Amino acid sequence: MIRVILPFHLRTLARVDGEVELDVEGPVTQRSVLNALEARYPVLCGTVRDHVTQQRRGFVRFFACEQDLSHELPDAPLPDAVAMGAEPFLVVGAIAGG
Amino acid sequence: MSKIRILVGTRKGAFVLTSDGKREQWDVSGPHFGGWEIYHLKGSPVDPNRLYASQSSGWFGQVIQRSNDGGKTWEPVGNKFVYDGVPGTHMWYDGTPHPWEFKRVWHLEPSLTDPDTVYAGVEDAALFRSTDGGQNWQELSGLRGHGTGSRWQPGAGGMGLHTILLDPSHPERVFIAISAAGVFRTDDAGKTWRPMNRGLKSQYIPDPNAEVGFCVHRIAMHRSRPSVLFMQLHWDVMRSDDAGDSWHEISGNLPTDFGFPIDVHAHEPDTIYVVPIKSDSEHYPPDGKLRVYRSRTGGDEWEALTNGLPQRDCYVNVLRDAMAVDSLDSCGVYFGTTGGQVYASADAGDHWAPIVRDLPAVVSIEVQTLP
Repeated sequence: MIRVILPFHLRTLARVDGEVELDVEGPVTQRSVLNALEARYPVLCGTVRDHVTQQRRGFVRFFACEQDLSHELPDAPLPDAVAMGAEPFLVVGAIAGG
Repeated sequence: MSKIRILVGTRKGAFVLTSDGKREQWDVSGPHFGGWEIYHLKGSPVDPNRLYASQSSGWFGQVIQRSNDGGKTWEPVGNKFVYDGVPGTHMWYDGTPHPWEFKRVWHLEPSLTDPDTVYAGVEDAALFRSTDGGQNWQELSGLRGHGTGSRWQPGAGGMGLHTILLDPSHPERVFIAISAAGVFRTDDAGKTWRPMNRGLKSQYIPDPNAEVGFCVHRIAMHRSRPSVLFMQLHWDVMRSDDAGDSWHEISGNLPTDFGFPIDVHAHEPDTIYVVPIKSDSEHYPPDGKLRVYRSRTGGDEWEALTNGLPQRDCYVNVLRDAMAVDSLDSCGVYFGTTGGQVYASADAGDHWAPIVRDLPAVVSIEVQTLP
């Protein structure tokens, strides 16, 4: 089970509280996690990544295991701790400054 | 007794203000979609409880919300706005080509006859239509592709398609306006479009016969006389008596002819309203006095309406989509400010009072007159 933490506004939009738990088939990557997220919550399509290009939106960042994974390739494996459900995958609205 | 429902879009959510026909006591509900920018909400003329709202965020993009119960509950519908074909380029602020990029929906205009059909004016400027209640959106690409699109340039607030006027007497005629391209009209339900900017002037455009490039802030019509259009241009208040084929200035005795909104009285097609703003460099009222100006002669002769509005130390703005009228016998006029006030007049502008004073900056106002 993959754990995903969404930012406040996307939790509100998807009408979820707390973490989201997803079944992800095959390799656990940004793409497979986001595909599973959008399949479960279609309202999130277009809010994390672009509808057409599937690129991460400019002001959205991805973190896990205290690492910034925003610039990793979409098909790169996520850390084992995320794949095993020990650590969450965080979708964060980028913040500038303090 | 009739009821009034005001749909208020703000920088931090939507609010719904309701009153009976006396328009003295108001209930305020909201914020709906708190923290999101709500550029516009509007109800269907044929099913007033069917509302559409444009919800957007710099972080998470565009969401369209739909209500079937007058705003009590909402459901997200389709948010996929994809330009038709290869989008190409428009002109950037510095005159260089810039790719077309969807940013947000500025204005939603439900059909006059079908609650499931709704138009969306977007930034970067284009017109989309949904015929299934907002689930799916298709671009009416004849507008962007008609020939001048590569010369359109953004206004200071972006290159938004902000006004959509559906002609009640010609079902296939639609007027739209874009900052800063101008007014365009279709007579065949959106297949083909023509620029309608003859007579407009801009100090920044040396060519007196320029087809496009005008920073039109807003256009308005009275549904009983749809070939007469009124316009708040960047500078200048304008009028067309031939469905946009030509325009002439009606600024007359206004203290300044810069401003954003313009609207028409519900029952008097020659009574129009504007809110003069000092200049395009100072987006606040002249002399710190918030004054609506009314013309009862279709322009040129204007009177200041001040009763109940702040007449000192007022430095708010009124944005292009933030004025509307109701259709009760004594026409109500409403506007919202960037300071978060929504003002109402139940007597066509003679007297004003705030409904609310401390909302987030108001972006849009729409009014529904309900049975």
